[in-house]
Amino acid sequence: MGDSSEAKRVRNRLALRDAALNLDLDLSRRDVLKIAGYGSLAAFIAACGGGTTTTTGITAKGGTMSLGSYNTDPNSLKGTKAIVDAFTAANGGTKVKINTVDHGTFQNQISSYLQGTPEDAFTWFSGHRMRFFADKGLATPIDDVWDAVKSNYTEGFAASIKGNDGHAYAIPTDYYPWAVFYRKDVFAAHGYTVPTNWDAFKALCTQMKKDGLIPIAFADKDGWPAQGTFDIINLRLNGYDFHTELLTGKQKWTDPRVAAVYKKWSEITQYYSPAFAGLKWEEGADQLLRKQAGMYLLGLFVSDEFKASGSPADLDQLDFFPFPDLGTQYDAEKALDAPIDVYMLTKKSPTLSADLGQAKAFMEFVAKGSTQVLYWQNAPGSIPTANDADTSTYPALTKKAVQIVSQAKKITQYFDRDSRPDYSGPNGMQGFLLKFLANPSQDTTSLQGQMQKFWDSLPAE
Amino acid sequence: MANTTTGLAPARAPKAPEAGALVATSRKRRYTLLTRHDKILIALMVGVPLTLDLLLIWGPTLASIGFSFTNWDGIGPITGENFVGFKNYQFMFTGYTLFWPAFFHNLIWLAWLTFIATPLGMFFAVLLDREMRGTRIYQSVFFLPVVLSLVVVGFIWELQFAPTEGFINNAFGLVKSGKLIDWLGNPRINLFAILTATSWRHVGYIMILYLAGLKSVDPSLREAARVDGASEVQTFFSVVLPVMAPINVIIVVVTAIEALRAFDIAFIINQGKNGLELLSILIYNNSLSEASLVGFGSAIAVILLVISLGPIILFLSRTMRTLA
Repeated sequence: MGDSSEAKRVRNRLALRDAALNLDLDLSRRDVLKIAGYGSLAAFIAACGGGTTTTTGITAKGGTMSLGSYNTDPNSLKGTKAIVDAFTAANGGTKVKINTVDHGTFQNQISSYLQGTPEDAFTWFSGHRMRFFADKGLATPIDDVWDAVKSNYTEGFAASIKGNDGHAYAIPTDYYPWAVFYRKDVFAAHGYTVPTNWDAFKALCTQMKKDGLIPIAFADKDGWPAQGTFDIINLRLNGYDFHTELLTGKQKWTDPRVAAVYKKWSEITQYYSPAFAGLKWEEGADQLLRKQAGMYLLGLFVSDEFKASGSPADLDQLDFFPFPDLGTQYDAEKALDAPIDVYMLTKKSPTLSADLGQAKAFMEFVAKGSTQVLYWQNAPGSIPTANDADTSTYPALTKKAVQIVSQAKKITQYFDRDSRPDYSGPNGMQGFLLKFLANPSQDTTSLQGQMQKFWDSLPAE
Repeated sequence: MANTTTGLAPARAPKAPEAGALVATSRKRRYTLLTRHDKILIALMVGVPLTLDLLLIWGPTLASIGFSFTNWDGIGPITGENFVGFKNYQFMFTGYTLFWPAFFHNLIWLAWLTFIATPLGMFFAVLLDREMRGTRIYQSVFFLPVVLSLVVVGFIWELQFAPTEGFINNAFGLVKSGKLIDWLGNPRINLFAILTATSWRHVGYIMILYLAGLKSVDPSLREAARVDGASEVQTFFSVVLPVMAPINVIIVVVTAIEALRAFDIAFIINQGKNGLELLSILIYNNSLSEASLVGFGSAIAVILLVISLGPIILFLSRTMRTLA
């Protein structure tokens, strides 16, 4: 059994890789056509190297610029290439040098990267992780670009790219919501209905267990997935304000409201996947995919695993609902985690002063709905952020994701984007949550004491 | 140093009357076997590695010690305000909940390698030394994991131990019966799971080292022991083992160093949390990751350095003694 499923996984991976290779070839063929077609002059200039620079206001055409990117998985890598090519064609043949670095490595080395000789623009996250480097003076404010494009964004996105000093530092390009995912066919087969409150949710879990399903797929070997559950229970139970204050140190981890989160959480841990501390999120997604598990609280990127299964029927069956209400005044906030990915400009790039116009033109370009849709077509787990994005081609799943995010009165970025990185990592919150999950019925007083003590030990930001 | 480079000695020194010619008899005239060319060569051969060593090893080491007294986050210059005295050390020993677990995990690692993996490797070496049939094949089989990097070993064993899709739980029918053993996620057993993975490689490494040593033992010693009526076990412990003293020291040091530098497998499995904390991983998670607690990470590094000095000094003093 296990061997065959393992083999299937490997086959899927290989199929995915083959698909990526094929599509890469497609892309290059398309490039050739593009160069031959509408962008011929621009492409010719680009091919000759250098190119002429024409400056109009804050942006410049032609010339060169560089981009540091963490988009390494096949889908997002393709998407990045596609938008960069489109930019080159649209911006007078601006040559873009892309430096693609493995996602995890890029994240881990971000501070030395930004202090060294980074590229002009780089891919990053909004939230605390963005503000941190803005505060350290390692990012260039782009208020002028933002003024030009802000009419294309809702207020929620506008707030997400402001530094602590009030300046704009980033262009939001895509996001994905966290919700409870399930298979429509499994729900139909057992006659389950989508639970809207806590009791119905727990009752559904009990029923699923009786029916031989793992009620809630859960996989926390990597440490960060559990933070999504902490976020949503805290948001429902204690509200958006408390959550953000807690994650930025304005509230104490020893607060009884944190204990209440753990207590609430402990009511559903019995329904989790067995051996979840040894499972990766992909394995949790497989349990849902193979109809072994009933539900899975995760980001929209879970659809990638369904796409990788190779059968479009699986992806069609994937659906989700927002985390159930907990019967508090904060249910009305309908808050959820919807991390936003952004592009930013570095500060220390040696070429930035020369390329500033091109880099700003690139920032304007990625703020366009058409650019973001181009990226989304390659990486469907990332929903465009701009108002003028053409939503007509969205499948039902994406449309629904847009809907629940637009209905949310409060949006958070995810624990490790809203809190300081030294606290949210394996050293801190990831480890604390695993400690809680190892024995969910424990009195959490001493754990909360450790959490606060660790927070207090961190240097002032 | 100055003497060797300025070349006070005559270009062609007469044959020195005794071996101690390097010791100067007077300040002006020194008898030496070394020509100017030799001296320049020696200066280069000593100087270049020494400079590199100072620059690449002692420089960062001293810098780490310096950083360990700061709360520097790796961004911008270090100012006077960054110096926090012994605060990092104080927090590490009293408030940091991961330090002592990591410390003891390293100790368990050391104990496991010392009492289980290393003796097993030595045992295999002794068995294979007996020239039984198929020795070469066994030797290759046991040695094979050694050519893999620990990262690869980590990936391989992750596949074996994975709860629902791994080989072990499936082979023993634990997936079907629903009694999953969470080899990697249960903090009480995951350390031993990865120690098994480490041993898989370590045993082969020790076996090869020891086998090389055993091959160099003079067979006439064993013959003599046999003639004297010693049993196999007596021969090994009273004759072979003492002869192997230099190899034994190397084995001990290799084992200790392997235990102290343990990092790869635990990091591959889950970045060293939830029961797999190790000192090296704490250094990484604090100072090299996005956390950027360079000061605190350096303090842990200094502690690891102090601990590491033990086996290093033992090794060096032994090596020096054998050379002398």
